[in-house]
Amino acid sequence: MRAWLSGLLELRKYPSAIIGMAIIAFLVGLSVYTVITVPYSQALELWRGGEQWRMHPVNAGPAWVDRLRGGGKPETMVISSADSDIDVEPFEGGQRLRIPLEFDYDYTAFPSEINLFLSTPELKREPFTRLTWIAPDGDETPLGGHRIAREDRVSITQDWALERRLGHVPHVGLLARDLDDESPQVQPGRYTLVLDAIVFDEDARIDADLVLYGRVHGLAGTDHQRRDLVVALMWGTPVALAFGLLAAVGTTITTLIIAATGVWYGGWIDATIQRLTEVNMILPLLPILVMVGTLYSTSIWLMLGVVVALGIFSAGIKMYRAMLLPIRQSPYIEAACAYGAGNARIVLRYMIPRILPVLIPTFVTLIPTFVFLEASLAVLGLGDPILPTWGKVLNDAQSESALYSQYYYWVLSPAALLMLTGLGFAMLGFALDRVFNPRLRAF
Amino acid sequence: MTDARAVASGAPTGRGLTRDLRRLTGFTLKRLIALFLTILVGVYLTILIANMGGRVDDLRMVQIRGDVSETVRADPAFHDMSSEERNELIQRRVDLEVERLRLDQPFIVRSFDYLYRAMMLDLGRAEQMHSDRGAREVYWIIVERLPATLLLFGTANFLVFFVSVFVALSLSRRYGSPMDRTMIALAPTSAAPGWFYGIFLILFFAFVIPVLPSGGMVQAPPPESSLAYAADVIRHMLLPVAAMFLSQIFISIYSWRTFFLIHSSEDYVEMARAKGLPSNLIERRYILRPTLSPIVTSFLLMLIGLWSGAIILEQVFNWPGLGTLLFQAIGHRDTPVIIGSVVIFAYLLALTVFLLDILYAILDPRIRIGPN
Repeated sequence: MRAWLSGLLELRKYPSAIIGMAIIAFLVGLSVYTVITVPYSQALELWRGGEQWRMHPVNAGPAWVDRLRGGGKPETMVISSADSDIDVEPFEGGQRLRIPLEFDYDYTAFPSEINLFLSTPELKREPFTRLTWIAPDGDETPLGGHRIAREDRVSITQDWALERRLGHVPHVGLLARDLDDESPQVQPGRYTLVLDAIVFDEDARIDADLVLYGRVHGLAGTDHQRRDLVVALMWGTPVALAFGLLAAVGTTITTLIIAATGVWYGGWIDATIQRLTEVNMILPLLPILVMVGTLYSTSIWLMLGVVVALGIFSAGIKMYRAMLLPIRQSPYIEAACAYGAGNARIVLRYMIPRILPVLIPTFVTLIPTFVFLEASLAVLGLGDPILPTWGKVLNDAQSESALYSQYYYWVLSPAALLMLTGLGFAMLGFALDRVFNPRLRAF
Repeated sequence: MTDARAVASGAPTGRGLTRDLRRLTGFTLKRLIALFLTILVGVYLTILIANMGGRVDDLRMVQIRGDVSETVRADPAFHDMSSEERNELIQRRVDLEVERLRLDQPFIVRSFDYLYRAMMLDLGRAEQMHSDRGAREVYWIIVERLPATLLLFGTANFLVFFVSVFVALSLSRRYGSPMDRTMIALAPTSAAPGWFYGIFLILFFAFVIPVLPSGGMVQAPPPESSLAYAADVIRHMLLPVAAMFLSQIFISIYSWRTFFLIHSSEDYVEMARAKGLPSNLIERRYILRPTLSPIVTSFLLMLIGLWSGAIILEQVFNWPGLGTLLFQAIGHRDTPVIIGSVVIFAYLLALTVFLLDILYAILDPRIRIGPN
């Protein structure tokens, strides 16, 4: 026990160990925070995508990167009818509504998309609305009329007639200072979208949300399905750590126990274990994982099971065997035999603890290997179908050719987290290696 | 101990050579048989994994039924049949096909048949994919891709191996120097696999500063002359090789450096130094020669590790090798190709292990001379 403590104390001398431990502490802290603030079921629900993300822009970069570069790219603006003064003019069997949706636009870049979400209660006759866009200089652009179903989305960006009229895509043309300009500038100021609606009911209301989608969003940006990447980046942390840790623990401990058993019993048991190791050496891990993923399921837990199962007879057995063989002959084992210790006791309490310190560094450096393995599978498209992970973000980015479209953030943020994990564990592992492996300590 | 004395006393070279050769052949044969058995078990396990729960059989049944109904419906000769008659016909043909493929036999019987065919590299026909020449045999699909993989991984591995051994040797001579410290500090960066660095390299050298191609093996119309072709392939190889090199080099240098440091403090090396031998002679004869077999071992072990890393690196760089093939096969859910690739990977790994054994035997006199 004291050897362990002094070894840990010695770690303080290695700056890389301190940095590594800091990184690991940060990742563990982030995992705990994530699991507490965004519960598992909620994370899955969020990552499934769909309607809940309709107010988010597509492929928006992180806001802070743009601000650091001094850019003026817009963030998403939602202008709700709940905040505006609605004129009501009742008539026989219905009412006339005038809903002005006003907003100040001060960004230097255009929004990426404009949508109007309308909702009304269930009515016998669908309400009718006419839209007018009023620019800061007083120019009025009619946007046509719409019948409103119960939940409706008016995509102003995809109004082709409007686009032809303006000569630019609507989300540029409607906010441009000069339409004849090849590369138009934003006209800053107060815009208004007026909804003149006729509702065939005395007290029904229309709820309208005008959404000007931004070009930047939050800490990590969004993906092609409008999902906020923060969800995947945060939830990727506990998933990666859990996978890495469980796989490392599973493979190391089983391998160790089997190696020790083989050495202790010797004879045909040892020979069988050796032959099995050789068979296992030629079984290609990744292709088999790919095969299992394609034929059965890509669930992360099944993958974990296969990794551990194939890792039981890994090449490490040979190494442990070489370390354990001299220990088997040592006098203290003989002493244990003499007092009548059973086989299991000797293997578990006398042989394995002897080589544990040497194993700790290997164990720590093994964790990032499995973290990257999980990411590798996800990059191949065999990620867990429902869990948000870093690898799946990379896979999405790759299949949407993020690099080609210059969505660098999409690749860089999960990659940075993967790298951080890899570096953290590797740095600690290397320092541990020098502390616990006496042959290395001299150098 | 007696062996050492026999060698020292100097047996006649001719007899020594034949004896060595005889021992080597015996050893090689033994290893070949052992490896053959190993591959046999390995491939059988692969087949078992691939067939677990009869998933492959289900897939094949669906495929057979689909194919048969397609042909029957498309054939004008059967158009005026009633649907009942037609279904009967389809059922008859499906039964025939099932019997032909022996799907009606229990799996355990067929598994040995599969095993035999896989061992003979008769990997069956692909369901969807075909080779660039149009062959549907899985064997040809795979063999066509193999040279690309061997080229890329051979180059990268040799580069990593030789650079790391030589840098490590020179570092071990002056450990503690700033250069040495930098290398140690950089070693943890090898935690990330090659494809990971590949993404960054593509980002920088293909998109931010577009100087190199982002993927593929040759440009779209391949150059006419073979020289230009080779130059283009090398241009395309630069990034993937650099990615593998970056991900491997620091850890290799680190481990070789430690290895050499441990061995250069052996007594016989100290002794050679005390005799005043020149340092490169000490390196060659006293450090490199005795440690050659572990060096080769670890090189081949590294190869084994890299075979699987290949899949994703190739996919990231769109390199037309085995890895990309496997990836495409996943996309097509083309089971025979996937299983075939696994079998080929198993063979490649076994070949690597075999090479390892032979080299070991050549390099390590204790195996050559034998226990008696």
